[in-house]
Amino acid sequence: MLNPGLKLNTKIFDKDVEQVPIRQGFGEGLLEAGERNPQVVGLCADLTESTKMNLFSEKFPNRFIQVGVAEQNLASVASGLAAMGKIPFISSYAMFSPGRNWEQIRTTICYNDRPVKIAGSHAGISVGPDGGTHQAIEDIALTRVIPRMIVLSPCDSIEAKKAILASVDTGTPVYIRLAREKTPVMTTEKTPFEIGRTETFWQSDRPAVGIIATGALLHKALVVAKELEEQGIGTEVMNLSTIKPLDEKAVIELAKKVGKIVTVEEHQIKGGMGSAVAECLSQNFPVPMEFIGVDDQFGQSGTPDELIEHYGMGIKSIIKAVNKILKR
Amino acid sequence: MEITDEKLKELKEKANHIRISLIEALMAAGSGHTAGPLDMADIFTVLFFHTLKHNPKKPGWLERDRLVLSNGHICPVLYSTMAHAGYFPLEELKTLRKFGSRLQGHPHRDFLPMLESSSGPLGSGLSQAVGMALADKIDHGLTSERRIYALLSDGEQDCGQTWEAAMLAGKEKLHNLTAVIDRNNIQIEGYTENVMPLESLSDKWRAWNWHVIEIDGHNIEEIADAFEAAKAIFGKPTVIIAHTIAGKGVPEFERDYRWHGRPPNKEEGQMAIKELRTLGGKIKSEHE
Repeated sequence: MLNPGLKLNTKIFDKDVEQVPIRQGFGEGLLEAGERNPQVVGLCADLTESTKMNLFSEKFPNRFIQVGVAEQNLASVASGLAAMGKIPFISSYAMFSPGRNWEQIRTTICYNDRPVKIAGSHAGISVGPDGGTHQAIEDIALTRVIPRMIVLSPCDSIEAKKAILASVDTGTPVYIRLAREKTPVMTTEKTPFEIGRTETFWQSDRPAVGIIATGALLHKALVVAKELEEQGIGTEVMNLSTIKPLDEKAVIELAKKVGKIVTVEEHQIKGGMGSAVAECLSQNFPVPMEFIGVDDQFGQSGTPDELIEHYGMGIKSIIKAVNKILKR
Repeated sequence: MEITDEKLKELKEKANHIRISLIEALMAAGSGHTAGPLDMADIFTVLFFHTLKHNPKKPGWLERDRLVLSNGHICPVLYSTMAHAGYFPLEELKTLRKFGSRLQGHPHRDFLPMLESSSGPLGSGLSQAVGMALADKIDHGLTSERRIYALLSDGEQDCGQTWEAAMLAGKEKLHNLTAVIDRNNIQIEGYTENVMPLESLSDKWRAWNWHVIEIDGHNIEEIADAFEAAKAIFGKPTVIIAHTIAGKGVPEFERDYRWHGRPPNKEEGQMAIKELRTLGGKIKSEHE
């Protein structure tokens, strides 16, 4: 059953569950962060409305900088602002930031120890019809490999808003991964959120498999958990919204409890969240694992649902992975 | 602020000492860059001993001007100047590029927190300086008085990011920003006009709404005057294109791009120091 302690959305499994783009949470979170803290500034590379930074830029035009289509400059200008005590949020599509400007993020932000917050919108394959050039499915790997970087991957718009507000005060660089499409709202304002902490969203009485999911695909993992329970297969579903620093204690505890782990993410399998979990478990408590994600391919045009199915991240694929691991 | 004759003499001597110290540091390191540090010594001297608002005893002083070295590979001249200015002991220069040293091969704030920026990969320093200037503009608008200095190489005019930053600074009318380009005409693989022609460099900067000043980068008075003139420019950032002689001060090194990325060996270093101490044979060295 859904963890009652987390005050989750009771309509999670309803057909008419509210759907909101995760990037909306970024826009609202940044606006609130700007209201709370005058040092917060926003920079964008010609995608203000698309990334929802317009909520901030309209309210605080004096604290907003439009840099044009120049993502490398975007990152390093933010580093300079941070050097003067500002708390800069930079936004673009994840493919361009941290994609195109990775070295500037590594050197001028992280190596330089400047607390810039990088919001990568349109992450994942569900960007859809724009096609493979715009589907960032490497961004978790790119960011989690950089020292000092915190990597957040909220599951819905409400969690995204909390992630933005929490990132203001870390004193470190933070990458926040955001999706374009409307996705089911799973959490509520009352659901706890803390950077570095995972939450168990679904808990069966006798779990045989642990499903660790990040981002909007968490919803599919929960649907799978409900279906499997109806078939008599117990699972525990964890929302891993902080990919780095990894909540190693919770991940190891889950592995010890269930003995088998399936990871679910809208990202390349290589280098992604599942890899981070595997790095932790292989050192501390090795258990069989299955990885749901994109298997070393580029995306293409299509509807989000078509693409999620085609690249093996849909409900059927997750069930198949659970059944496979149960036999291992 | 005019330079008196006495101050001028003092600055010239200081630049010479800075050159000698950086040669000694490079000899001890056994690797590193020689030409750029030598040719930027006069500009660093004017900045640290005349122009910059800073306090070596309180490097974290909030009101200080900011200086971003974009082409981090010329850090021997930054370190040497900082040591001469009293930021750290001169003896420490001999640790350049050694394990555990605060003086990393390219500047790193983790090791030397008094640096304004870690740098090495070319082309990103101007962007950081633009960010610093923007921060002051956000807080103080057109009245912001603090100066932000960005020191760039001519080689990194090849980098697209330099022009991204130039465009933004022009758009934002950052009067508080002064960039200096070390126009020494060399980069690691050859002469700039062979590797990637840059001229007309001044027209390019003017096109992005910058005020352009061209100077002899070894004339102390011209350097100081240019920094002063930049302060009087309203509604535009200023770029000082400093024409320099690569490897300036050691005739055997001058104008030869092969000195971009190599240090002097013992013999070459001793010769260079002798050249510098005698000002190319014009005076007798006190050390002989």
